[in-house]
Amino acid sequence: MSIDMAQFHQVFFEESFEGLDAMESGLLNLDLGDVNVEDINTIFRAAHSIKGGSGTFGFTAVSDFTHVMETLLDEMRDGRRKITQPAVDVLLGSVDCLRDMLQSIQNGSEVDQSDVAEHKLALDNELNNAVSSSSAGKPSPEALASNSATALPADEAKQIAGWVIAFSPHLHLLKTGNEPVRMFRELASLGHLTTTVDLQGVPDLYDLDPEECHLSWKLSVLGDIPETEVDEIFDWVEDDCDLAKQPIYQTPTEAPPLHSAPDVAINPVANRVTEDVSPELTRAEESESNSLERKSGKKEDAKAAPKGSSSIRVDTSKIDTLINMVGELVITQSMLSLLGEHFELNKLDQLKNGLSQLERHTRELQESVMNIRMLPISFVFSRFPRLAHDISSKLGKKIELKLVGENTEVDKTVVELLSDPLVHLVRNSLDHGIEMPDVRLAAGKPETGTVTLEAYHRGGNIVIEVADDGKGLDKDKLRAKAIEKGLIDADAILSDKQTYELIFMPGFSTAEKLTDISGRGVGMDVVRRNIQALGGNIEILSELGKGSTISIHLPLTLAILDGQSIAVGDETYILPLGSIIESLHVKEDRLNRVAGKGETFLLRGQYLPIIRMHQIFNVLTAKTTKLTEGLIVVVEGQGLRCGLFVDDLLGQQQVVIKSLEANYRRIEGVSGATILGDGSVALILDIPGLVRLANQ
Amino acid sequence: MRQMVAFTLKGAGYNVVEAVDGADALNKAKAQAFDCVVTDVNMPNKDGIELIRDLRALPNYKFTPMLMLTTEAGTDKKQQGKDAGATGWIVKPFNPDQLLKTIKKVMG
Repeated sequence: MSIDMAQFHQVFFEESFEGLDAMESGLLNLDLGDVNVEDINTIFRAAHSIKGGSGTFGFTAVSDFTHVMETLLDEMRDGRRKITQPAVDVLLGSVDCLRDMLQSIQNGSEVDQSDVAEHKLALDNELNNAVSSSSAGKPSPEALASNSATALPADEAKQIAGWVIAFSPHLHLLKTGNEPVRMFRELASLGHLTTTVDLQGVPDLYDLDPEECHLSWKLSVLGDIPETEVDEIFDWVEDDCDLAKQPIYQTPTEAPPLHSAPDVAINPVANRVTEDVSPELTRAEESESNSLERKSGKKEDAKAAPKGSSSIRVDTSKIDTLINMVGELVITQSMLSLLGEHFELNKLDQLKNGLSQLERHTRELQESVMNIRMLPISFVFSRFPRLAHDISSKLGKKIELKLVGENTEVDKTVVELLSDPLVHLVRNSLDHGIEMPDVRLAAGKPETGTVTLEAYHRGGNIVIEVADDGKGLDKDKLRAKAIEKGLIDADAILSDKQTYELIFMPGFSTAEKLTDISGRGVGMDVVRRNIQALGGNIEILSELGKGSTISIHLPLTLAILDGQSIAVGDETYILPLGSIIESLHVKEDRLNRVAGKGETFLLRGQYLPIIRMHQIFNVLTAKTTKLTEGLIVVVEGQGLRCGLFVDDLLGQQQVVIKSLEANYRRIEGVSGATILGDGSVALILDIPGLVRLANQ
Repeated sequence: MRQMVAFTLKGAGYNVVEAVDGADALNKAKAQAFDCVVTDVNMPNKDGIELIRDLRALPNYKFTPMLMLTTEAGTDKKQQGKDAGATGWIVKPFNPDQLLKTIKKVMG
């Protein structure tokens, strides 16, 4: 009877990463001049629970590492050690290292021992540093050892094998309609139950009131039973009895096989806590040489592809709404099935009523389920204060980062995919946008530059803005650069907007020097591509000397799309509603055939290419192949306009996007598929892809 | 709600008598001895808590399991119900299986 510990790993990792985030923001917010003990405490607690958790799950390397951090933090907390900037930096570095370690373990890949050893050494140095320099309150090794021994919650390492319960009902218990025998019956259904009754409380026969309960019991139930199930049985009588329960533990289980670093011994928890720190260090150092060559490639791989199921943290109020919804649905459903059992025609109204209720509940349910996928954007934003801190100290700039609208909710997929582009944009602002303090002062600006990250909803979109009050984009410089790189002709006439757009072109970088922070010229075009992959677009506003604002517009959710269904023969296709500009019948005299280039038509003085849908998708049943008889739908995608030749427009509807890639493979011109009301499948068209396809 | 409870319980083989409100329930309970009472908290003409209090005072219902249907938010109601002598509660919304499981818990 053993519990599969692996099922808790995910929770452990999530909590640890959260803890690390808390430590990070705590460390960043520390005001070195006036340290709040509670702040240090928060950081300490996070470190402590990671240590406890990793010990429980047998991730010895992690818990040992955290132990050193904890020791350092403990001394800071007690005031035995001064909090200095170097110490904070070492701790921040350790937080990163710990995050890497946890990620490696989570992905089942090698822990980078050399990196760990390096940070541990730094921590140790920091520790010894204070010991030798501070004369007062020198922590003895014994103190450290005992500290670590008490710090580990030993109970958590064991599995629950059952419960011992002392149950003494109050006299009036029976009068609430609760019956101990029935409760024992419930308990027996959970596991093997032994009851011992205590008769001491039973009075003499003369004094005995048979309606009162004078017995008490000692119960032991064996089995791997969650505490909640036991609680549930006694839930109703909590106030009507004295209840004490205690878990029975099994002997510690063997460490889970997840840990793959072969050179780190997985010791039983009991041995581990008293183990000194130094042997671990030497061991790690020994392994340094052989893991070094593996370091570079593997680490990146592991980071890029996190394995395991993805999970999501959801506000409980959302779950409550959902449960409410489901409850309503169940009621409607049972009402309908009741109705269906003895159906007569005169109950038609009731049936209609019930069905419309069902429809409403289903729609509400859909909405609340979609809502669960929504995460506050703070999940992305929260990493930026650290980024700003690191970069500004590296560059010697003074920068304040403002976060606005952190609670704006975005689809989980968007949150995940948005992270990298945003990092890039913020880095750009910090590195290229904000000037050095002396330059700023000379320009009459405050010494400290401000970078604002803002998120808000507008219409059906979410808008994310990265704004800085730095030097702004220099249009002439951009233009000169583009000409130099051969991206535009020397005499090209560009609007302001088009000029700014230049920075999104592949191979464009205006930084005179490359820095290790940003500016290798591979950036902005990738950023734009990522944003477009999410169905969004990106814009720049800038004023020389005043700063730039980059705004990203994204659809609220990726799972549902407002679509226009179109007919081509027997087939139905869905066009994203946002991409449609107009639809029209075209007259013969407006049509043009260009040899070798296909067909075009004239729309308000502009020639637009025509894409024949029946040709592209090889639909043989098309009602007409004559352009003048069908319908031209003018669509726009990535700045390109074209006319799609279709049979008819059907209707507008919201469709749920099903990925084709997941079920089949990627097809140019098609972004996904959906299931229509009548059960048939319709392809959702990807306009830019379609244009590319037509050009081939 | 009452329809659904009655429907579920009948389906599971229990004999069910429905009452339209608290006063109706009290009258029906006096006329016939029931093994279990399931009542909503919010009812016209005597709410569920009063009903339980009145029933508990009757000699026939001293030890009868009485369950109230309550919403998660109604912690107050739970306590009031307990004080009135309720055996336990079922939190709305619930599905038929949960209802049956809870009923089994209190019926011998």
